[in-house]
Amino acid sequence: MISLYQRRKLINNFNMLVAWLTMGIGLAALGWILWTLIGHGLHGINLAIFTQDTPAPGSEGGLRNAIVGSLLMSFSGALIGTPIGIMAGTYLAEFGERGWLAPTTRFINDILLSAPSIVIGLFVYATYVATTRHFAGWAGTFALALLVIPVVVRTTENMLRLVPNTLREAAAALGAPQWKIVTMVTWRASKAGMMTGILLAFARITGETAPLLFTALNNQFFSMNMNAPMANLPVVIFQMAMSPYDNWHDLAWSGALIITVTVLLLSILARALFRQDKTSH
Amino acid sequence: MDIKPKISLQNLDFFYGKHHALKNINLDIPDHHVTAFIGPSGCGKSTLLRTLNRMYDLYPGQRAEGKILLDGENILEKDTDLNKLRARVGMVFQKPTPFPMSIYDNIAFGIKLYDNPSRSELDDRVEWALKKSALWNEVKDKLNQSGYSLSGGQQQRLCIARGIAVKPDVLLLDEPASALDPISTARIEELIHELKTDYTITIVTHSMQQAARVSDYTAYMYLGEMMEFGKTDVIFTNPTKKETEDYITGKFG
Repeated sequence: MISLYQRRKLINNFNMLVAWLTMGIGLAALGWILWTLIGHGLHGINLAIFTQDTPAPGSEGGLRNAIVGSLLMSFSGALIGTPIGIMAGTYLAEFGERGWLAPTTRFINDILLSAPSIVIGLFVYATYVATTRHFAGWAGTFALALLVIPVVVRTTENMLRLVPNTLREAAAALGAPQWKIVTMVTWRASKAGMMTGILLAFARITGETAPLLFTALNNQFFSMNMNAPMANLPVVIFQMAMSPYDNWHDLAWSGALIITVTVLLLSILARALFRQDKTSH
Repeated sequence: MDIKPKISLQNLDFFYGKHHALKNINLDIPDHHVTAFIGPSGCGKSTLLRTLNRMYDLYPGQRAEGKILLDGENILEKDTDLNKLRARVGMVFQKPTPFPMSIYDNIAFGIKLYDNPSRSELDDRVEWALKKSALWNEVKDKLNQSGYSLSGGQQQRLCIARGIAVKPDVLLLDEPASALDPISTARIEELIHELKTDYTITIVTHSMQQAARVSDYTAYMYLGEMMEFGKTDVIFTNPTKKETEDYITGKFG
């Protein structure tokens, strides 16, 4: 007969082991992905990748047009989506106490959050590309903005809800109107969390392929014209990986590595910001 | 009562949804004195305090009925400007609630809501408020540091300074010292003594000794009703009701 204490200890050890194992599986998968990417992509990273455009079949080239296009569309997408997301999230957390509008908005936002990104791409195709009759950087930007909004809405609302009500009451007790309470006190209190949400949303859209396939399409040449088709890393990777040429395969690997490292750096930056803010309080 | 009332509660009822939390309260809170509210948990003393600046208005489903006259004006009227009311009736909470900004900005925040002072006037006001709340000497060299960098007792005095910086008429203190150590508590109590020359102060407290030390008048509440109200020395030495005596002597609650 084993004692209750020993039994508890055994169960604890077993659960601990399972937890470690599952964590190991997750980390191993991540490590494997990184290892493969570095193995195939690192040797292709050189100056030419950043200075030359995507090559014609059989010739040499780089990814300059795709990198610039990706940056341009991701930044404008985040720039359009972030303010809308912050405003909507603030409404949900601070003003939506009464009535039906906030619960409805929250519900729809949750659907948008889990909608496959290809659906977003098709939507922008139908509303923008089909009516203007051409693919465009703007169309890609709008599709990416639509992906940014629900993420930012969600994180903004969650972070604002973490702000204790006593802080709002304290500001109200001084006679502060609600908009002052929000802009001067609760936004400040959740600044780091909101920044993290924005960075994570940005990290997500830099790797999206599906919404760009139907909207920005691709462009073999360097172009900053947002009204014309625009090259971008994810679609370029997709097309080059499907091609029969070895040097295109190498470029695709390098592009994938560039995206992954960018996303990794952004995530680390987001974490660092969040942690720094926590300790400074 | 011989002193003119600052706040007069008349037939005040309060509801959290369907829960009847305050029952027909009638009370005159005297001007420029300290009035303490005592009673067991859930008796409605904090609720009563939160009606005086209509803090409950932030939450749906909470409502008050009856009259609360502040200088003769009923603040429960629909058209009462809540922000102006709260600027006149300041509040300090149980837990210190510094804003996520510098010590200086914590004080300046409230001042800038209703005044448009020059930089030097603002400096003076901040210094005045911090001196008034006995915090100046401890923070004068680090006004630009975060309010969170202070100790709990200092944070609470910062909140009091913030409250008096907007120059209210009334200060509501909701268990202002219950989260603090004895030394910080003593400082807050001293402060209450000094502040009552300028303000009408009401304080909710769980500590009978604290009520006896700091207040001129005491109200004993139980289950949402005002059981007894009078001069603190009378309530504590010669209460008229048995329930009050039981609570004060520790037989109950």
